[in-house]
Amino acid sequence: MAEYKRPANEAEFQANFKQKKPLMNATQAYYESSRCLFCYDAPCMNACPTGIDIPLFIKQIHTGNVEGAAKTIYDANWLGNACGTVCPTGVLCEGSCVYNNQDVPPLQIGRLQNFATKSVIDQNKAMYQPGPDNGKKVAIIGAGPAGIACACELRTLGYAVDIFEAKEKPSGLTVYGIAPYKITNEEVLAEMKYLQDQLGYNVHYNQAITSKEQITQLENDYDAIFLGVGLGATAFRNLPGEDKNGVYGAVEFIEDLRMNHEKTHVGNRVIVLGGGNTAMDAASESARMGASEVTLAYRGSKEKMGAYDFEYELAVGAGVKGVFDASPTEILGNGSVSGVKFKRASGEEFVMECDMVIKATGQAKQGSFFSLIDGLELDDKTRIKVNPETNQSTNPKYFAGGDAINGGAEVVNGAHDGKLAARGIDAWLK
Amino acid sequence: MADLSINFAGIKAPNPFWLASAPPTNSGYQIMKAYEAGWGGAVWKTLGMPTINVSSRYGATNYRDTRMAGFSNIELISDRPLEDNLREMREVTKRFPNHATIASLMVDTRQEWNDIIKMVEDAGAAGIELNFGCPHGMCERGMGSAVGQDPVVLKTIVEWVMDAASIPVITKLSPNISHITDPGMAAVEAKTDAISLINTVKSIVGIDLDTYAPYPVVDGKGTNGGYCGPAVKPIALHMLKELKQHPQIKDTPVSGIGGIETWRDVVEYILLGATSVQVCTAAMHYGFGIVREMEAGLRKFMDERGYQTIYDFAGKALPNVTEWKHLNLEYSVKAKINEDKCVGCDLCYIACDDGAHQAIALPQEGQGRIPSIIEENCVGCNLCSLVCPVEGCITMERKDDGSKHRTWDERTQADNIPNTWNDDRAGGKGHYVPEPALALENKRKDRSKW
Repeated sequence: MAEYKRPANEAEFQANFKQKKPLMNATQAYYESSRCLFCYDAPCMNACPTGIDIPLFIKQIHTGNVEGAAKTIYDANWLGNACGTVCPTGVLCEGSCVYNNQDVPPLQIGRLQNFATKSVIDQNKAMYQPGPDNGKKVAIIGAGPAGIACACELRTLGYAVDIFEAKEKPSGLTVYGIAPYKITNEEVLAEMKYLQDQLGYNVHYNQAITSKEQITQLENDYDAIFLGVGLGATAFRNLPGEDKNGVYGAVEFIEDLRMNHEKTHVGNRVIVLGGGNTAMDAASESARMGASEVTLAYRGSKEKMGAYDFEYELAVGAGVKGVFDASPTEILGNGSVSGVKFKRASGEEFVMECDMVIKATGQAKQGSFFSLIDGLELDDKTRIKVNPETNQSTNPKYFAGGDAINGGAEVVNGAHDGKLAARGIDAWLK
Repeated sequence: MADLSINFAGIKAPNPFWLASAPPTNSGYQIMKAYEAGWGGAVWKTLGMPTINVSSRYGATNYRDTRMAGFSNIELISDRPLEDNLREMREVTKRFPNHATIASLMVDTRQEWNDIIKMVEDAGAAGIELNFGCPHGMCERGMGSAVGQDPVVLKTIVEWVMDAASIPVITKLSPNISHITDPGMAAVEAKTDAISLINTVKSIVGIDLDTYAPYPVVDGKGTNGGYCGPAVKPIALHMLKELKQHPQIKDTPVSGIGGIETWRDVVEYILLGATSVQVCTAAMHYGFGIVREMEAGLRKFMDERGYQTIYDFAGKALPNVTEWKHLNLEYSVKAKINEDKCVGCDLCYIACDDGAHQAIALPQEGQGRIPSIIEENCVGCNLCSLVCPVEGCITMERKDDGSKHRTWDERTQADNIPNTWNDDRAGGKGHYVPEPALALENKRKDRSKW
């Protein structure tokens, strides 16, 4: 394999993690936007979880009203720029473009979206302002996509908003968990700054909410609370040997990579365990970091993997080898990992050697945290139960959104949930 | 194989593709380059009264990603010394004696006309074209379209020219007039050898939103330009037909001009009676090489239809261009959607519902996006088939059996036309139209706003 050389500096890292959807130039945007048919009740718009009026913003780009296009996007989705690059557009808006039905390439909606949003962010064009102060306060736990979207929407409605974030940066997995070739940290944080500068919500970083006392305090201080807490760390499931050196959780590995780039430790022979999108990302990233051999091992068949097809193709394109029907039974090694023992459905066992294992077998649930909140009902998958119209939980003071209610989905789902919850809070407090 | 050569009012050329008098024919260099590229003739950029040109001369109408769907200019006639032009013309006509090198002229007095005609004849011009068309600049000095818009003056000048000229004369008409047959008749009465049309259409292509001045902007100001390019073709075709159906004008050869870019354009002009065509905008946009596509396409068309020369099909569409009152009112077409091709953009639905006759229905919620025609509401207007982005997806199918033929004219003669406000014989009587209040229940969904 070794298509990628191990990056020794930031420039080499950026070269290995070249952006998959680079920013369009004005000429590209002009020609691409000219192709839009302006479909009636457009399928792309209906496929977007936030319902962005896509034909309108594309027409606006084409007529030179790029700021208007950005406004159309942000009116529907507060993370308009991040979603343009990180959304799985191939299965959402672009996947539903009617051109697909005649084998004509669909509109590059994600890139057009970024063309518009990046333009206003770069020029720091303020388009929103807080609504008149209504004297009410909302606390938001978690500055991920759902929390940020909820904060922005609440501010336009005149609420004072305090976000409590456990980490030191906003946007959650957008900055900590998305593959670096999908979006850069700078781009994510620029949008975060752009929004906060306009709408003026407070974010309290490194302020994890973990105790009953904190919860009680928040309940006393705020009129409503939004839970945008996402999921937890990688779930370790008592696989024998998973405590050995060289065994990493995928979420933690990707966070390390997003924060430390080429300085992130990656072995020479890497085995990634899992079949979801995070597994694809971790495998692809290991390959791009110069590992000489990256194997993606999944217990079921290729078809049964939870990952999008395009994500698997992307990993294979980076040099990742897929091994299916391989359930890990033990991580081998003497102190440090030296291999993984697998078992096939037939009962046959085999060992693959490696010097690094990345477990992408799901994130832990936040059940113990949720138990601190009175009357908060969860479903059988430890997801907060909400009214889908308002995102209000069974404890009326609490609203929720994002991975905490859907078990792990896209940034765009979080963005929609947060906005919906803000409207729900407003309706409830009025 | 088809023979593309023509004899246009005595001007011979290897093919009917000529460059119109315009910037591409500003010099001998350009014209010889064009002949090498395959053009059969060129009308030299108008020679005549000395001029000065401005900087910033062209403007364009861009449509979606198409540049120069319409093109406008405020350039005047040649600003080069006459002597330079004539020297180059002599060289061109000597090197390309079989091509149609035509001198476009625009002067003022009879003496000037006599003098300049003698000069271009000496330079070997195969013919003369009279520029009575320029709608900008020169018309302010009483020339160009100022002449084309005044049939009496036009006739007088053509008579002067016919007296003086020993080579064929083409009178170029301006479209900036209500009835093109008026200047057409004046030219014919003055015994012009041929007519060419159209010159450019008086226009403002747009306003610069920063300077609030029309394009092309000259130091904060602008003036009307002459509009040409693909956008003007329909206007030109109609004027060509007007001349070619006029009993006193129809036998005068016409060189067609206006938005010609492809072989299809050329064939359409010839079908309406043009026997040479002139091109400017396409050459300015794509260079002289664009003629390759025209020639290849025209040859293929002629070979397929068995035409030896362009005269075999010139004017063949003219009998089918008639007055509205002679159209068959019994003819009936209705739209048909090919479901296998439909991509579900639903543009036909909204075009029909908002812009036509509410004759297209969307499927029930959850049943996909392929719309269906409500035949009893469909008036056969074609709109859906025109907006459909898929090749061959919506077709208009004939529904009457072809046995009946009844025109407005025939019904008038039979005293069978609607003639009171609420006459039962009116066409729309009883045709389905939704109740107005239904509009309030049929709003566009906007999911971003809930």
